[in-house]
Amino acid sequence: MLTTLHKNRSAQLAIGLLMGIVFGFLIQKAGVTNYDVIIRQLLLQDFTVVKLIATAVLVGMPGVYILKHYGYAKLHIARGSLGTAVVGGLIFGVGFAVLGLCPGTVAGAVGQGYMDALFGGFIGIMLGTGLFAMLYPKISGGVLKCKMIQYDTIPDMLGIKPSYIIVISLILGAGFLYLLEYLGL
Amino acid sequence: MLEILTEVTWSPYVAGAGIGILSWLAFLLSDKPIGCSTSYFRTFGLFRKCFKGECDEKNPYYLKFAPKIDWQWMLVAGIVIGAFISSMLSGVFEIIWVPDMFAQKFGDDPLLRLIIAIIGGVLMGFGARWAGGCTSGHGISGTTQLSVTSIVTAACMFAGAIGTALIIYGVL
Repeated sequence: MLTTLHKNRSAQLAIGLLMGIVFGFLIQKAGVTNYDVIIRQLLLQDFTVVKLIATAVLVGMPGVYILKHYGYAKLHIARGSLGTAVVGGLIFGVGFAVLGLCPGTVAGAVGQGYMDALFGGFIGIMLGTGLFAMLYPKISGGVLKCKMIQYDTIPDMLGIKPSYIIVISLILGAGFLYLLEYLGL
Repeated sequence: MLEILTEVTWSPYVAGAGIGILSWLAFLLSDKPIGCSTSYFRTFGLFRKCFKGECDEKNPYYLKFAPKIDWQWMLVAGIVIGAFISSMLSGVFEIIWVPDMFAQKFGDDPLLRLIIAIIGGVLMGFGARWAGGCTSGHGISGTTQLSVTSIVTAACMFAGAIGTALIIYGVL
């Protein structure tokens, strides 16, 4: 592991910015920083967003697990509960459809000139996170801890080696993307 | 080679593969998964600090995610710059107040769009922190790591979003 690099704060800020620039460039080129493309995905008329996310996951997964296998990376699993995943996920989803952009693509939409993303989305998301922080002390022991998810990863849960799960995921994922193309979606 | 950079759209498979490679680099070079929503909270905290002064912090959430500029904050700042460069190169940068589909359905009043966008943003920011991540943190990075929590969360996010969009646009 590149521990020295990980601890170098100014290098990390520079790497973060650089990676953000590439990330922003890629999502803008793919068109997902556009309200219309996201809404058409949510209306199941255009599958650009799903294709982008699925490809990112299918390319990312073997690489990250190979890096982990050789000791160059460690996983960062955000443990949660059904309380966080289902309730938080659904609230997020409603906001996602109303705004028509997510926290990453809002930033991209601002970069390409969408003023509703800058003065609406950006400010709204910030206020929403602040509102959550206000509520956090009241719910941190309750609903957020309700039905904790016991396993970190799918391989842990099924007791199968990650490499098998990755191969299966790649086959299923490629099949799914092929099906989308076949159906012309 | 340079024509690629000025093209208006890339295949989602090419862009997606690029993001996949970016996630290898994030794990290798920064020991971090790609995510975005925490940065909005840190920014909110930075504004709050300006008004609040230097009194003791009691809310544990501000202690957990301190109001400071970190790797992920720079990532979100970078997204704005990257999308700006990309849209300038392909000549699609344009100041727009109301997206087309919204205008077709609800009219082209910028104030109405702004109010709806703020409401959506508040719900999404609130939900992202409740769920401990957003579409990139859970949907891309979490799923890449085969995280059970992230896969369940991402499925609920899309279920909520698809249901809401179908209602808003009157398909149901």
